[in-house]
This record gives sequence, structure tokens and C-alpha cells, in this order.
Amino acid sequence: MISNLEKAAAWVLAILWLSPLLYAFWAAFHPPAFATTFDPLAPLTLANFEKAWGYAPFPRHFLNTVVLVTMVLAAQLVLCTLAAFAFARFDFAGRDLAFALVLVQLMIMPEVLIVENYRTMARLGLIDTILGIGLPYMASAFGIFLLRQTFKTIPRELEEAARVEGCSWLGVLWRVYVPLARPTYLAYALVSVSYHWNNFLWPLIVTNSVSTRPLTVGLAIFGAPESGVDWSVISAGTLMAVAPLLVAFLLFQRQFMQSFMQAGIK
Amino acid sequence: MRHVYGWLLLTPAAILLVAFTHYPALATLAESFFSTGTAVRPSRFVGIDNYESLLGDPVFWQVLRNNFWFALGTIPTSIALALLMALWVNARLPARALVRMAYFTPTVLPMIAVANLWLYFYTPQIGLLDKVAAMFGAGSHNWLGNPDTVMGCLVAMTIWKEAGFFMIFYLAALQSLPPELEEAGRIEGASRWYFFRRVTFPLLMPTTLFVLVNATINSFKLVDHLFILTKGGPDNASNLLLYYIYQVAFSFFDVAYAATLTVILLLLLSIFAVVQFQLIEKRVHYR
Repeated sequence: MISNLEKAAAWVLAILWLSPLLYAFWAAFHPPAFATTFDPLAPLTLANFEKAWGYAPFPRHFLNTVVLVTMVLAAQLVLCTLAAFAFARFDFAGRDLAFALVLVQLMIMPEVLIVENYRTMARLGLIDTILGIGLPYMASAFGIFLLRQTFKTIPRELEEAARVEGCSWLGVLWRVYVPLARPTYLAYALVSVSYHWNNFLWPLIVTNSVSTRPLTVGLAIFGAPESGVDWSVISAGTLMAVAPLLVAFLLFQRQFMQSFMQAGIK
Repeated sequence: MRHVYGWLLLTPAAILLVAFTHYPALATLAESFFSTGTAVRPSRFVGIDNYESLLGDPVFWQVLRNNFWFALGTIPTSIALALLMALWVNARLPARALVRMAYFTPTVLPMIAVANLWLYFYTPQIGLLDKVAAMFGAGSHNWLGNPDTVMGCLVAMTIWKEAGFFMIFYLAALQSLPPELEEAGRIEGASRWYFFRRVTFPLLMPTTLFVLVNATINSFKLVDHLFILTKGGPDNASNLLLYYIYQVAFSFFDVAYAATLTVILLLLLSIFAVVQFQLIEKRVHYR
């Protein structure tokens, strides 16, 4: 049991923790004149959102982010499934070494190697393309690792039964392994989408035009102090950029926390 | 056949992994032994010259020091807060789900958005911090423009962003502790603080170590906020290693030196990874 004092402290901390976001809501929904004065009778307005939507090419950034996130996730699901299946069920020569080499990527994410990866993208002619942002992340060590763990827990008997029925290897993968690993796929998808929705450094480096920049990069340019946009509009823009993920989190809290935990533990 | 199938399934992922992780890591190492090529002077082998200039580069040392202070400022506090949050959220608390949600929310926000939100607190005169200071009669202060306060500002923001994330690991660990322990403690008349100090905290040690290593790795990877808040300034007072690499490569165009700095970063990350791996090994032993 915890004392009432501690309960109160827990609540105060919770309010404190939400306050930066609540404050952004306040600023975004009120005229700029009320951005720093907390008058409960201040008029509500959507003008800041309209302005933000007009100042920066938000629709384009949204589209780019959605395309990026979808493309990366789709490629990751296919590539990681195949690789994880190989690691979990085929005893091929050099498997353990290959797996150790895969795990290296858990430590060295592509954004650490910005200099060389930028050069590679230039050689491939992929600078300033959405594919260029996504390509380094498509083979994900975390995804391979997670799916391999899951595949290993699936009993061999199921697989053998399917083989007896005349299923090919890929048929076994598609009909037995993939359906049984559905919770893992969901957990992985949440982590991947959150990561790439929020990723900034690599997209910043590899893009240089509105037609490819994702939301985070657009937001950084728009919110930079030298851009001279007023605070209410920046709040509105920031909220728009984080809204989809925030709403998804509020709806599926438990799933999010569990997925993020798996991503941390690996 | 299993060899063929195995490698065939692995190939697509392997090509991308080699192209964007292994090859660039090795290429970076090689590059660090060459000079940066220009139109008139092509790149040539210079041995350890880059490493020598690295040792003599005051900004490099400052950036390392900053990284150290950034880690020291953020990690212990966010771990302590995370543990406190987890203990509270794990106890019987009215509207527990709401409190847990409040603690975790910063985790799902991009660092860029977080920086945008917090920039306003730190803005001189109109920012929240200056308003509070004004209430106490203090004058306006340029929080992000002053080398003495800038790191503290970034640390506070990062704690806010990370504590909730670390909380979920403690929460999971707490929920896996057998409830009989607490019952036994209560029967024995142990105070809550005593029980926490002698039973809960030692049992959470593997989680603490695990979070500690993760937090250390994060403190070297988190640089997004610098783009909004300080650009590493004033006078490199808030610059961090990865951000410095970015500056050297993409603002000063000294690719060879950026590669040399990257080698240092890779070295640090490898050390942490080895520590992390050993922790995981140990934890398997517990079972």
C-alpha cells in the first residue's frame, strides 16, 4: 500500500509530465495573443492549424512519411521473415557466424555511419529519394532476431504435418509460421512505424527537397528559430506531425508499451 | 539442400546488411587513414595523421566531455525517476492507467517535436522558465545561449523524454516478483523503505544494469534535439560526438576527419555492446 502523500506525488508528477504537451495544446488552439497568458475564457481557434498547414508543405511531408513508413515496413516484413526462417529452421553452413554478423546491426544503426552511407547512396543515385531514406533500414537485425525467436518456439510437428500434406518450404512458411507469429509481427510493426515516423538524422542528410522530406525534417525547418514563425503556429504544426502516432498510442497503450519493451530487451 | 535453401533465404537481407552496416563500418576505418581529397589534391594515404590531429583537436575533447556530462546528467536521474514511476504505477493508485500513460507519452514523440515543445520554455523573456524566474524577481536569462546553463536544459528535456521508457522495464520486472515476498515482509513488520532497500532493489539489479547500458548507448545516439535547440552551441558547449561528426562531414566537408571521429564512436559503441552482451549472458545464468 502506498500512502496518500505518495499518491498525490504520483499525480503531481503525471501532470508535470503531461504539461509540455498540454501547453502545446493550449498554444495551438488559442490566438497567439493568449499563447503565454492562461485565461480560461480565451477564445478557441483553429487558425493556427490552418496557418501551419499553409506555411510548410505539410500535406507533402505527411505523404512522404506515410510512403516511407509503409515501404520500409513492407520490405522489412518480407526480408526479415525469410532470413529469420533460414536461421530458425535451416542448419546451413556458416549459420552461427552469419547470425553474429546480423546482430552487429543492433549496435551500429545505419545513422551512425552517415558519411559512408551517404557516399553509397550517391553512387546508387538515390540521394533525395524516399527509397534512399528507407533502404539502409530494410534488413533489420532486430526484426530478424525477434522473428527467429518466435519461429523457434513453433513445434516442428506442425511443420512436418504440413510437409506430409505436400506443402513446399515456402508453403510451410506462409501457412504455418507466419500465421502463428502474428503477435510478433504486430509488435515489430509498431516499433518499426514509430521509429521511422520519428527518425530524423538520416532523412535530413539524404534529402534536400520538399518532395522527399518526411515530417520530422519538415518540422525541423519549420520550427527553427530563424524561420520566424510564431509560437502558436509552431505548436499547431508540431501537434499535427505527432498526432497520428499519439492517437495510435492512446488507443493501443498496452500494445505500444509491450512492443517498445521488446525492442529494448532484444 | 539445406545449405542452398538457408543461404537463398538469407541472401536478400544479407546484401542490404553488408551494404549498409558492415561495408560502411570497414570503409570508415579505411577512410580514417587517408586524407580528404579535393579537386586539386586527391585523397592519399596519411597513416595515423588523422588520429594525431584528433588528439590535438580541442573540440573533440570538449565533445567527449560534453557526452560524458550529458550521460552523467541524464542517466542516474532518469533511472531513479523510472524506478519511482514503476513503483507508483505498480501499486494501487487511483486512475493508474492514466498516470502510466502520462509517464510514457514522451517516449512516442519524435525528438524534433520534443525540442520544439521545450524550446519555448527556454526562450528568453517570453519562455516559461523566465516567467517563473520573473515571479521570484530574477531577470531575463538566455538559458540556451549561456554555456553554463545550456547542458542543464538539454539534460532536463532528455530526462523527461526517457524516464517513461525505462519505467516499463522496471514495471515488467516488478510484476514478475513473487507477491509472497511482500506478504512475508509485511508479516515480519518490515517498513516499506526497508523492504525496498533490502529486497526489491537488489532483485531489480539486473534490470537496473540493463537500463544503464541502454541509456549509455542512447546518450551517444541522441542528437536530433541539437538541430532545433542549439546547433551544438554556444561555442560547442552543447555539442555531442555524433552531431560533431555531422558538422565535420556535412558543414566542413572534411570526410576523412569525420571518418576518424566515427571510428571513435564505433569503438565506444562496441565497448558498450560487449558489456551489454555479458549482462545478458549473466541473466541467462540466473534462470
